[in-house]
Amino acid sequence: MERIPVLKMGNCLLVTIQVDMHDRLATALQDDLTERISISRARGVLIDISALDVVDSFIGRTLGNIAAMAQVLDAHTVVVGMRPAVAITLVELGLDLPGVRTALDVEKGMALIQSALGRVNGRPSA
Amino acid sequence: MDTPQRTRIPEIVAKYETELLSEWIELQTRAATLRRDLMRDDDLRDESQRFLEQFRIGTSKGSLDPDDDSWHGARDVLAEITRQRARLGFSPSATATFVFSLKQPLFTRLQIEIGDDTRVLADEIWRATILLDQLGLFSIEVHQKGREELIARQQQEMLELSTPVVQLWEGVVALPLIGTLDSARTQVVMESLLQTIVDTGASIAIIDITGVPTVDTLVAQHLLKTVAAARLMGAECLISGIRPQIAQTIVHLGVELNDIVTKASLADALTIALDKLGLHVSSRDAR
Repeated sequence: MERIPVLKMGNCLLVTIQVDMHDRLATALQDDLTERISISRARGVLIDISALDVVDSFIGRTLGNIAAMAQVLDAHTVVVGMRPAVAITLVELGLDLPGVRTALDVEKGMALIQSALGRVNGRPSA
Repeated sequence: MDTPQRTRIPEIVAKYETELLSEWIELQTRAATLRRDLMRDDDLRDESQRFLEQFRIGTSKGSLDPDDDSWHGARDVLAEITRQRARLGFSPSATATFVFSLKQPLFTRLQIEIGDDTRVLADEIWRATILLDQLGLFSIEVHQKGREELIARQQQEMLELSTPVVQLWEGVVALPLIGTLDSARTQVVMESLLQTIVDTGASIAIIDITGVPTVDTLVAQHLLKTVAAARLMGAECLISGIRPQIAQTIVHLGVELNDIVTKASLADALTIALDKLGLHVSSRDAR
């Protein structure tokens, strides 16, 4: 069965989706990613969906779930590179992914994760 | 009841075509609805002549129903004349009067020809009335359709004109909305905003609603959708240009604009945007 590669970069995990997503693949990604976060103790997850033409309600919800799960495992999730047509479709479907942080491209997404981590690390620990 | 075959209308129209034409034109020239400022007498004569000729051809085939194939020519001429008049600015009633005014000369001729047989005369007048009424209604429909096409074209033009997205600063784009937001426009606005965000790499978008006359729940919903879509792309939206009445309406309608930064003026929104980007504008003297 095909899988989506999860790459480790410093304390972040980088997921670049370059194939058409179907439901099984999305569920597999969810399993892989949660496992990798807990093994590698990553603090940030960056999901690049710039190659995705179509995002249906299931994939949209799975992205939201991944973000929520990563949050529980203390990692920040940023979804980057969503296409205008995909954004419009998700909004029309009523899925505005409230818990997911977004950025325009990988560079801005990485900056967002680093600034979020910086704020957390800079704060005196309780 | 007489059968349509025995009507004498075709015969009478053919016999008195010239007289009918001159009387009809005379009548139209005297009518108050004729717009002398919009058309010349020559055009009126020409149009009347062409229509009456087709009218005679239509009746000569034996059918008095304008929907029949034999009336094809008459319908075409009438549609052409109507469209021409609609373009010139004639009202629908003025256009329909063109057909209806043919009644009087035609009835006069029927009366002269048929004479004292009132039963036959009543039948013939009834047939002629139905025929001319149908032609008149047809001309009103064509007029109406022409107007609707005009409105549709203008709407399309408005849609294309009214959605500029401007870059205010590196990373800041603004969308000055003017006019009412309906579903079709929101779609166009949303698409052009999102495309500009991709093209310019902007992280902040300011939607300025100074030019939106009213905000109802539907417009607010469309705004919220646009904001949500921009957020999914990774850009933050600010809404500016909220006038006092609009602020009141939004609260009265119970529209929730939570999590969205709203400002009274575009200048305030730009200040916020620059601040979020870590930029700062200062007076030269202060250095």
